[in-house]
Amino acid sequence: MSNLVVLPILIPLISGIIAAFLHRKIGAVRIFSRLMAVINLGVAAYMGWFITQNGTIILETGGWKAPYGIILVGDTLSALLVLTTNVIATACVFYASRSLTNKQESFYFYTFFFLLITGVSGAFLTGDLFNLFVFFEVLLMASYALIVLGNGKIQLRESLKYVLLNLFSSMLFVTVVAFLYSVVGTVNMAQIAERVQEVEQKGVLTTIGILLFFVFGTKAALFPLYYWLPKSYIAPNPVVSALFGALLTKVGIYSIMRTFSIIFYHKTDVTHEMFIWIAAFTLLFGVIGALSTHNVKLIVAYNIIPAVGFMLLGIGLFNGTSMEGSVYYLVHDMIIKAALFLLVGAIAYLAGTSDLRKMNGLIHHYPVLGWLFLIASVTLAGIPPFSGFIGKLLLLQGAAQEERIIMIIVGLVTSLLILYSMIRIFIQGFWGEKDETIVPDKKAARSFTGPIAFLLVFSIFLGIGAEFVLPSVEDVSNSLLNPSSYIQSVLKE
Amino acid sequence: MEIVTSVLAGILFTTGIYNLLQKQMLRIIIGTALISHGAHLFILTMGKLKTGAPPILVEGIKEYTDPLPQALILTSIVISFGVTSLLLVLAYRASQINESDNMDELRGNENE
Repeated sequence: MSNLVVLPILIPLISGIIAAFLHRKIGAVRIFSRLMAVINLGVAAYMGWFITQNGTIILETGGWKAPYGIILVGDTLSALLVLTTNVIATACVFYASRSLTNKQESFYFYTFFFLLITGVSGAFLTGDLFNLFVFFEVLLMASYALIVLGNGKIQLRESLKYVLLNLFSSMLFVTVVAFLYSVVGTVNMAQIAERVQEVEQKGVLTTIGILLFFVFGTKAALFPLYYWLPKSYIAPNPVVSALFGALLTKVGIYSIMRTFSIIFYHKTDVTHEMFIWIAAFTLLFGVIGALSTHNVKLIVAYNIIPAVGFMLLGIGLFNGTSMEGSVYYLVHDMIIKAALFLLVGAIAYLAGTSDLRKMNGLIHHYPVLGWLFLIASVTLAGIPPFSGFIGKLLLLQGAAQEERIIMIIVGLVTSLLILYSMIRIFIQGFWGEKDETIVPDKKAARSFTGPIAFLLVFSIFLGIGAEFVLPSVEDVSNSLLNPSSYIQSVLKE
Repeated sequence: MEIVTSVLAGILFTTGIYNLLQKQMLRIIIGTALISHGAHLFILTMGKLKTGAPPILVEGIKEYTDPLPQALILTSIVISFGVTSLLLVLAYRASQINESDNMDELRGNENE
């Protein structure tokens, strides 16, 4: 039964390979991809249910004992994130056929799409630091291909920067793994954690920890390292932007969450104190970026940055409530960012422009899309019945427990400004006089609405059904704060 | 011996970063190649450069070199090969379509 944990990696990988053979037959590859995405969602849901019933699943690949072979660890956090990834993947695969041109679709889009999902699921499930690097490269390589798919002038320009930056941070990752290997002599995360615990994290290990944070911070777009993100995320097709915005930065945050809760947690006065300050700057600078532009896609892309800041704040505070908030916010933000990118993609397609100043009165033509956008905006800002509220509430409660008043103020001001930046799109783009020159494309609007509504249903469920989700989030937070349970379940002493 | 290779890896990193900060695309790609060489040399160094036989099981030999860093480097080399070849094609296309290989001219907000 422990083989269950490899299925979320294996199914997309095989689907990607088969999709490569079918790439000329658009109809067939479409049906195949949709089917496989739904099957994978089902498998991920079953895996999540199985893990909540029976506890952590450890898969020793090839039958080699834990520190010697590569292991896959399916605990509650991984299961939750793999499930969320697959929900987003399913929505995106149904959205893709309308959003992409036939030429883009037939040029191996679904292959790269499935390889991206393989990389993301693998990064969430692996228990080995070098294997994490390899899965990072799998998802980055797929993302390089997806970002240039279509061969536009801007895409080529922005993707060059994206590839260069990620190549540099990957090489740095390899270097940091080498450092860590020379100090502790292993690349298995549980064994690293055990050995770091034994020497109580002397100076050089803290340095390595900060270097590792630098690598993941580049992937996750944290304060001084976020400059690459906004423009390269708006260059590709909306469905690709949605995948990137929902998944890629969150893999970085997940890696920070893992490494700094099971390995480098002995010197919190150095590392975690730094996280809190970086989080504050990330929140403020991200939201300032979102207010600075009239491009609807760029506004949503900039809104990724404060969300990442909120999650880092939770990791930095490092108590039960804030960790819960961080995990909850992570899941909520993955879904809502995917929904928002799909929404602004639809808006830009239907309005024929992504410049906010040229849009007017879209709600007369597309009422459903307009109200969905309003729900998504207030969810992002954290208005009570919706899911953003509970995550932020837990985070701010965690900050109050540590008596960090400045962080509470920064968090609340940022939320207000996020709401302002999103509502601005709604007021300027959707309200106002009916623009008679637009010929409404009802058919396109309908096909866009389905996947977006699917994601928002999950988002609303996360808010209203919080009682149902919170026990597993609490469980995640407990296991993050007690690394010995992770180490014991992996090394089985 | 580790000191010498560490210094060499350091020099590779420095020249790599100097090249990354240049304007011409090709020099930037040369910079990334130098950095990946530096990183790979670094993994080898960090696995301790003690003398021993190559890690192939032969009867009668007691001392082997550490096989794990070699496997890690091999993986990393293949990955950086893949990325570098992609980057070269990308730079070729980008300079063709934008009619410039100067990174300074590939900025701005036009065409959005």
